[in-house]
Amino acid sequence: MTDDNFEPKIIGFLCNWCSYTGADLAGVSRIQYPSNIRIIKVMCSGRVNPQFVLKAFQEGADGVLVSGCHPGDCHYIEGNYHARRKLTMLSDILEFTGIEPERFQMSWVSASEGKKFAEIVTAFTEQVKELGPQKKLAGGEK
Amino acid sequence: MQDQNEYFEQYYEEVDLHDDYLMIPPELALLEAEENEIEVKKDGLAKNKLAAGRRINGDVLIVGAGISGMQAALDTADKGYRVILIEKSSTIGGNMVKLDKTFPTNDCSICTAAPKMVEVSRHPNITLMTYADVMSLEGEKGDFTAHIYRKSAYVDPDVCTGCGDCATACPVEVINPFDDKLSKRKGISIEFPQAVPIVYSINYDNCVGCGSCERVCDAGAISFLRKSEDIEVKIGSVIVATGYDLFEPLEMRKEYGYGKYPNVITAMQFERLLSSFGPTEGKILRPSDGTAPKSIGWIQCVGSRSKQLGFPYCSRVCCMYATKEAAITKEIDDSLEVTIFYMDIRAYGKDFQQYYDKAKDMGVNYIRARPSSVYQNEDGSIAVRYMDTHTREILDMNLDMLVLSTAIMPSKQNPKLGKVLGIGVDHNGFFESGSIVSDPIQTTRDGVFLAGCNQGPKDIPDSVAMASGAAARAVEAIVEREKADAVKPPEQKDVSGDKPKIGVFVCHCGKNINGYLDCADVADTVRDDPNVEYSTDVMFACSEDSQTDIRKTIEEKGLNRVIVAACSPITHGGLFQDTLEESGLNKYLFEFANIRQHCSWVHSHDREKATQKAKDLVRMGISKSVLLEPLSQEEVDVIPVTVIIGGGIAGMKAAMALSDMEIETHIIEMGDKLGGNLNKLHSLFPTELDPSQLANEMRTKIEASDYIKVHLNTTLENVEGFIGNFKAYMKSPGGDSELEFGTAIIASGFGEIDMAGKYGYGNNPKIMTQMELEGRLIADDLEKPKSIVMINCAGAMDEERPWCCRIGCGVSIKNAKLLKEKYPDAEINILYRDIRVFGKEEEEYFADVIENMHVKITRYSDVEKPQVVINDDGSVMVKVRDQIYNDEMELSADLLVLTAQTEGSESTDKLQQMFKIPVGPGHFFIEAHAKIRPLDFATDGVYFCGSAHFPKNLADAIAQAEGAASRAAIPIMKQRLVLEGITAIVEPDMCVGCGICAEACPFGAIDLIKGKAVVNEALCKGCGLCNATCRSGAIQQKGFNDHQILSMIKSSLNEVF
Repeated sequence: MTDDNFEPKIIGFLCNWCSYTGADLAGVSRIQYPSNIRIIKVMCSGRVNPQFVLKAFQEGADGVLVSGCHPGDCHYIEGNYHARRKLTMLSDILEFTGIEPERFQMSWVSASEGKKFAEIVTAFTEQVKELGPQKKLAGGEK
Repeated sequence: MQDQNEYFEQYYEEVDLHDDYLMIPPELALLEAEENEIEVKKDGLAKNKLAAGRRINGDVLIVGAGISGMQAALDTADKGYRVILIEKSSTIGGNMVKLDKTFPTNDCSICTAAPKMVEVSRHPNITLMTYADVMSLEGEKGDFTAHIYRKSAYVDPDVCTGCGDCATACPVEVINPFDDKLSKRKGISIEFPQAVPIVYSINYDNCVGCGSCERVCDAGAISFLRKSEDIEVKIGSVIVATGYDLFEPLEMRKEYGYGKYPNVITAMQFERLLSSFGPTEGKILRPSDGTAPKSIGWIQCVGSRSKQLGFPYCSRVCCMYATKEAAITKEIDDSLEVTIFYMDIRAYGKDFQQYYDKAKDMGVNYIRARPSSVYQNEDGSIAVRYMDTHTREILDMNLDMLVLSTAIMPSKQNPKLGKVLGIGVDHNGFFESGSIVSDPIQTTRDGVFLAGCNQGPKDIPDSVAMASGAAARAVEAIVEREKADAVKPPEQKDVSGDKPKIGVFVCHCGKNINGYLDCADVADTVRDDPNVEYSTDVMFACSEDSQTDIRKTIEEKGLNRVIVAACSPITHGGLFQDTLEESGLNKYLFEFANIRQHCSWVHSHDREKATQKAKDLVRMGISKSVLLEPLSQEEVDVIPVTVIIGGGIAGMKAAMALSDMEIETHIIEMGDKLGGNLNKLHSLFPTELDPSQLANEMRTKIEASDYIKVHLNTTLENVEGFIGNFKAYMKSPGGDSELEFGTAIIASGFGEIDMAGKYGYGNNPKIMTQMELEGRLIADDLEKPKSIVMINCAGAMDEERPWCCRIGCGVSIKNAKLLKEKYPDAEINILYRDIRVFGKEEEEYFADVIENMHVKITRYSDVEKPQVVINDDGSVMVKVRDQIYNDEMELSADLLVLTAQTEGSESTDKLQQMFKIPVGPGHFFIEAHAKIRPLDFATDGVYFCGSAHFPKNLADAIAQAEGAASRAAIPIMKQRLVLEGITAIVEPDMCVGCGICAEACPFGAIDLIKGKAVVNEALCKGCGLCNATCRSGAIQQKGFNDHQILSMIKSSLNEVF
């Protein structure tokens, strides 16, 4: 049932210190990954309000990725723990609203893990592609 | 064959690459020079606007503007002193800008150097003079007079726009030295597209005087009557940062066919091939026919490590640059056969060994061989005959292209410049240090200091660290002088409430972006947005000319917001923000669209999709930009105190440098004595300098200083605060104490790993580590051994600890020599993997020990490590397979010394938590940037040096320590700091006073006052946690507020165009 031509729209929230820099390193290392992701820089993954994720799905995103520093490595000491707690809860809410939890992912990518970032984006893009377009919230109340 | 080759027309021509204009008698040009005194205006307006025959008063003269000279200039100028920076070529940047990428991070070299170049050229305290050389230096420390000869380039630097019309019109073509003979350029030229200053210049020797350039120059910048000038400068100290030359294997080492066979090139030429602004625009092509090679080989140590055919020292960087070039080649095309012929792979630095391991995994073929000569085949390919020293087979290999890793050699001008400056030159031709191990920065003349490769081969971070150190030393002499006033950027225009007028600049980055997506299309598409006033694509947004363009456009089009679509805000955001400020716009009205690191470089195979993504990224930037508001930045006073953690050699040296700059310094030392590892060592490689004597001398100086306070037996319990306003809580037997300080230097050092269980360690008194041996040598209580074995890389370079310990080879050779002198009859065998005695002095010391001391060395392989057998009678036996003779050996050892792997100090984890600084493999701290910020942390106000960074020999540790002192002194000498503008702000009417934000804040920056949240801006770090927690939306993170992020989400998903 998957459409081979379907190109999912993916939003990625990356923290400035680890994951954004990790994504930069993927670039510097020229590691190729699918071009579906649109990256929004935040200073800390803990800045990602669950509302942003829901809003992205409402606006028609097919997948949302949030990435921060590894637990214990947060530039702001504990911001990523806040992110983890909040967004774990959000996963349950997404399931409740009928959105496949696989459309939402949290990951830890450090500034030196360019390769890992590329791998995560590649795998996540594939995963969302398999699920097909997200219609549950898309086009809903904005 | 050559004629069809579009890239390499005149490759063979023998041209003198040295622009030796000093040969023109300066008197000729100085005949009509007038005397008239101009002081450089403190606001920098007089920069480069000097009439002939003038005098300039400054504080520090810096000769040479490569990466070292630039760093030294910035470090001095940031402290408020006036720098006169002279450079003999027409641009600053030096050799670093010629490189394609830098190891071990593969950062684009020009991308990391260009912001520094721009910073130098725009710094109000730096007077930059290109095409200039120093002719004399008289006077003494604190009061020097130098004469600068500034050669006319026949172009007015203030009028030239860098448009290049003159070069188009010029009929003269000459070999381009910037591309190391691989291309041609015009008689009037710039060195490279991002040159600073971007001013064309005429080389007198090449000019035919036709006047074509003058006729086409619309700006009227060219005048053949422009005279060379003699400029007298008054300064207090001098830093010499004149760099190095590269060995050209034309006379010596001509057996490798360079200059005879077109497909034999030097490594620097290969860098130019890889470079996107090189002769082939980044394509690897053979000079003979312009075709892509299928196999490439590198020969190492061409001109290095040879007394007979080059220089006796090791050039220190070639193993890594060859590894980098080979790995990049494999990345570009995995099918290429890539081979490196080496003697030892000296992957001695931080992350170097891991980088080398990765290159091997990528398929780079390393052969331990020293080819004796090479021949050209009929098809232009190169036949290499060599003996593989591991298999002892004689083999032939045909390579389409051969790269020679040529030596770093002292500049040929050194003897002459040494005479002019009155400083000594060593036997190799490098400038002489006060002491090679304990005072590398000092020259033989008081008040004159060294930075970078003119003292000996160095890689970039070591040069940068040394340059910072030279800046610290140069400031000593002038510390009493009045500082230049800080320059305030022009008054900010009030644009709040104005309709957004956004300017979009899409950067090509040469081919780095435009090669993979259509920059012009991106710029064209977003131009239709109603909020976009102006949109264009530019070749290099970061270059000096583009900065001028952006400023001009802001002015002309009345822009009130700017978006640059280019590499990454992490590396270049600050640069563009400065440009906005100079144009009277608040820097927070700038937005970056990351279309290189996040787009062109990672979607290189789908131009259409990459272009679409770039458009989306720019559009997201526009949607945020519309909502951006100017932010104000608080200013804080800096507590004029520096704290140094650790009282080893690095900590002591940093303290002495700070004391010389008259800054109050506190050393916090856990132990009961200053000196660190110096107290445990018997002698210091590569000299026989007595460490205890050195430590004593330093302790005496520290005790005598009015500025240094030493806290012995003291541990740091906690640190709070931020740059300029830290507070330390210390514990000592005398009780707890507190200390307020402005900046900190971490010098926590390193130690040997616990060897328990490895190589029989701990089970036999005959087995000890090198550090323990040093102790035994001091105590002089060794039982006379007949046979001594040393095992190098013990516990190093394996899966658990993949790094190289950097110092072990040197230590083992030094101790072998000491033992041999003490016990001449003893047989000594060092078991090694690679002998990594890098740089000047070390290799020579090693060669001497091998030649004259009859110490045996045996190479073992990483897959067959030596085995230690302890017999029942307590005797020790080492079994090892000699990798070169493929011979199983059994060595009895009356003394078995393990050259143990090293790791960062035990206090590392605690310091990491307290200062919020990152730690990498081996418990060594991670610097802000591996190449150009080796002493800084990402956390402002905290710096580090010595072996807390990575194991170091004494000279490198000292250069770093003085460098860290320079870095830590900058905020203190600035006295006031401007804080981050991205902080949280509360809308009191919306705040319900629940206090969740205060709980969420990791920095205690939020208080509830009268039922409302209040943010302390000095403590707020702008993470936005509070914003994500607030249920009523009352607290917002400036620059990343809910509206801005939601708007980006929306625009990324709705394809407007």
